[in-house]
Amino acid sequence: MGQASPASLLICEHCDTVYRRRALECGEVACCPRCRAVLERHHRLGVNSLLALLLTAMIVFVQANIWPIVTLGLNGQYSATTLWGMIITMWQQQAQVVAVLAACTLFFFPMAKMLMMGWLLWFARRGRRAPGFVPLMVGLHRIGPWTMSEVFVLGALVAIVKAHVYFEVIADPGIYAYAVLTLLITIFSGVDLRLLWDETAESPT
Amino acid sequence: MSVPARADELGLIGCPVCGLVCRSDQRLDAAATALACPRCNTTLTRRKPDSCRRTWALLIAAFFLYIPANLLPIMRTASLNDIDDNTIISGVVELWVKGSPDLAIIVFTASIVVPMLKFLALGMLLVTSQRGSGWARVQRAKLYRLVELIGYWSMLDVFVVALLTALVRFSVLSRVEPLPGVIFFGLTVVLTMFASMSFDPRLIWDGRDTDD
Ligand SMILES: [Zn+2]
Ligand SMILES: [Zn+2]
Repeated sequence: MGQASPASLLICEHCDTVYRRRALECGEVACCPRCRAVLERHHRLGVNSLLALLLTAMIVFVQANIWPIVTLGLNGQYSATTLWGMIITMWQQQAQVVAVLAACTLFFFPMAKMLMMGWLLWFARRGRRAPGFVPLMVGLHRIGPWTMSEVFVLGALVAIVKAHVYFEVIADPGIYAYAVLTLLITIFSGVDLRLLWDETAESPT
Repeated sequence: MSVPARADELGLIGCPVCGLVCRSDQRLDAAATALACPRCNTTLTRRKPDSCRRTWALLIAAFFLYIPANLLPIMRTASLNDIDDNTIISGVVELWVKGSPDLAIIVFTASIVVPMLKFLALGMLLVTSQRGSGWARVQRAKLYRLVELIGYWSMLDVFVVALLTALVRFSVLSRVEPLPGVIFFGLTVVLTMFASMSFDPRLIWDGRDTDD
């Protein structure tokens, strides 16, 4: 193994075992025999279908953010909120920490992630590296675990059930947009964008 | 080739950001003090620096925040005739008795089981890897990945409180306000996430005794 070139090797990031890289079949997932972590996965979707899905996710994300999520009714009075309405209320109610957490994990990080992915994939269509490829790839890696839209959807469900006991509850379009967004996020979670390092050629700078 | 070799023994380092396999003995830039990935410029280290100490510190800090998060009320519901302060556990009980035991179980799992699992699992992983234990390595590796995968779902209750606060605004008739417990809880979740990120799962396999 000593004479193999580093490009043909693969290191399991969970247990540090070195493997020789092999071409994966469509949809195949390679697992580390030692620690059983996923080494590499081949995703079924090409760059173009990923871009289409990403565009859909962006549209749904905008809708999820501008449309009200839920409306509550009590004795003919109604009260609705959007994501930003929620963030601003938390800020005003002396829970600034929560407001910042919600703004970052539900708005800024997901948005940054989608914009960065879109930019990178757009250039990857022709096998090229987007301007700012390296910092953007590093940024995507760092943002990774800090997007929580899917947790928010479950939270909205719990809040609806809790409010249902005392109020009239009307689900607004925002909650459906969030549900679709969660579905798209689930699809994207199976995609390892690190493949772009190998799939795109370094453009002369 | 009986046992697959580990990168450390071969003088290789895998870049944590882009996955590139780099030689740990070869410095591309002679002036550089630290080794950097030639592809993404991330600083390369054999293991995450100070992994055990950092993880312990974050975990202990998270645990101290988790105590007030559970003891202090997280939300106040006020209506014409009464004021009611809810803690995490009273919220779960309320869901259970108001006829949603399935959601009660989900909230209980996200708010109580997952944080406790994180404290116990990371504590156990730290102790066993610091001793270089060879016990149940595959299971411990899987446990670590489980903790990483489900950790952020604990934020559930924070979002529930935030959404109810924004929604239940019927002046004197009915109001919901956040209380300090929810801030402690949000910070607990963030700190436990940092703790699990700073733990290096490769330490599980670094023990003195041989594995496989
Ligand atoms: Zn492995
Ligand atoms: Zn790198």
